[in-house]
Amino acid sequence: MPTVRIPTPLRKLTDNQEVVTVTGATLGAILDELNTTYPGLGERILDEQGAIRRFVNIFLNDEDVRFLQEKETPVSDKDEISIVPAIAGG
Amino acid sequence: MSKKSWFSNLKCRECGRLYEKEAIHICEFDFGPLEAAYDYEAIRGVLTREVIESRPKSMWRYRELLPIDGDPTVGTQVGFTPLVKSDRLAKKLGIRELWIKNDTVNYPTLSFKDRVVSVALSRARELGFEVVACASTGNLANSVAANAAAAGLKSYVLIPANLEQGKILGSLVYGTNVIGINGPYDQVNRLCSEIAGKYGWGFVNVNLRPYYAEGSKSMGFEIAEQSGWQLPRHTVVPMASGSLLTKIHKAYKEFVDLGLVEVSDFAIHGAQATGCSPISTAFKRATEMVRPVQNPETIAKSLAIGTPADGYYALRSMKETGGSAEDCTDEEIVEGIKLLAEHAGIFAETAGGVTVACAKKLIETGKIPSNESAVLCITGHGLKTQEAIIGKVGEPRVIGPSLREFEALVADEVAIKS
Repeated sequence: MPTVRIPTPLRKLTDNQEVVTVTGATLGAILDELNTTYPGLGERILDEQGAIRRFVNIFLNDEDVRFLQEKETPVSDKDEISIVPAIAGG
Repeated sequence: MSKKSWFSNLKCRECGRLYEKEAIHICEFDFGPLEAAYDYEAIRGVLTREVIESRPKSMWRYRELLPIDGDPTVGTQVGFTPLVKSDRLAKKLGIRELWIKNDTVNYPTLSFKDRVVSVALSRARELGFEVVACASTGNLANSVAANAAAAGLKSYVLIPANLEQGKILGSLVYGTNVIGINGPYDQVNRLCSEIAGKYGWGFVNVNLRPYYAEGSKSMGFEIAEQSGWQLPRHTVVPMASGSLLTKIHKAYKEFVDLGLVEVSDFAIHGAQATGCSPISTAFKRATEMVRPVQNPETIAKSLAIGTPADGYYALRSMKETGGSAEDCTDEEIVEGIKLLAEHAGIFAETAGGVTVACAKKLIETGKIPSNESAVLCITGHGLKTQEAIIGKVGEPRVIGPSLREFEALVADEVAIKS
């Protein structure tokens, strides 16, 4: 199953787990499943319209999903998804 | 003046949630950046043109609009740099009127970063920090090092290891701890986020960023005041993280809202180096998605931020004001530095070359109409980035101390009359 890395500020919602495994064939399906298993996680990642929040980055392996197919991005069993808050600075 | 603070809260730019005025910089809920919020009603009652004009010529004459609680304690003499009209450069670039906001002579470290550091370190003291730090492309490191030294704060500055010699020496001399990182700025920045989370330090552009960033507004306030309490029709601003551009925009809007300037059309344009142009590329593609640049390659190292934190907001500011974005090659940057030096007598660092070169293109393409007026924000001194122009501005002609040799040398030069 694909793995999802959870950033520190969201681990309160995942019983402090840093990495969780979730089933789903697309990123959108995985995010839905995540929210079912860990209620409250969804609204932290997605806005009211269901789009990925501007200051949340989601990487499929090493690529930002904004430059793949966003929530339609296909995900296979060996993929690693990382949720990473945007970094300030500069 | 009994009340000292008109600064009320930190506020998430995305969802509007309010936070206490602590050393925090992102919203716990949606990770949006936190920004200083003010009691504008109270400010309207106290801040008039006359009050501002009666104060010392520093950025702190706009004190009510800067996010600290007490009086400033660091960098009290920063800012109020010259706004210079340059008819020669205007003619060269083909525009009716051109002004240079000259932060190459900002005090004490010759770049606009003294503005942000003055606020950040004054706030760091209010919050009780003893160690301050930053992730920097050079100018910020210089300013943190100098201002921390003067204030008696211990400092660490983290920079890409391959910066210009002038920027490295310009930090070391103040006795700070300079840490060079093998990697581009974005990796330095990522490391600093981790350090800030683990050590109890005040990172001016990480956990103190909401305070730091507001300091940039003072450049906008000064431009408006020095333009005779008017907003310039066009302002051209270099973009690294995009923060300066968004804060100049905020400054103009605050002055309008407070009735300190008349409502008038103004456009804010952004300038980047082509070798690291994530924001101008997004602007030209008409998208709000700023694609990170993994390996910036430009002589404008101070602008080489591949993942600009305020890229989205900078895009929005340019769009909202009817501005535009442009970028330029390394050759054009050197040309820009020379144009500014030879026509306005101002020696700017590479970022200044970017601003001039992009302004030239914006005028040529009509995005800044030739019959209008523009201000160029020149943010750092050329002595800091000498490598960029070595061998490109000629060499001195060397002779013996003899009149004969001198006359032989200048014999063909028509300007010389005995």
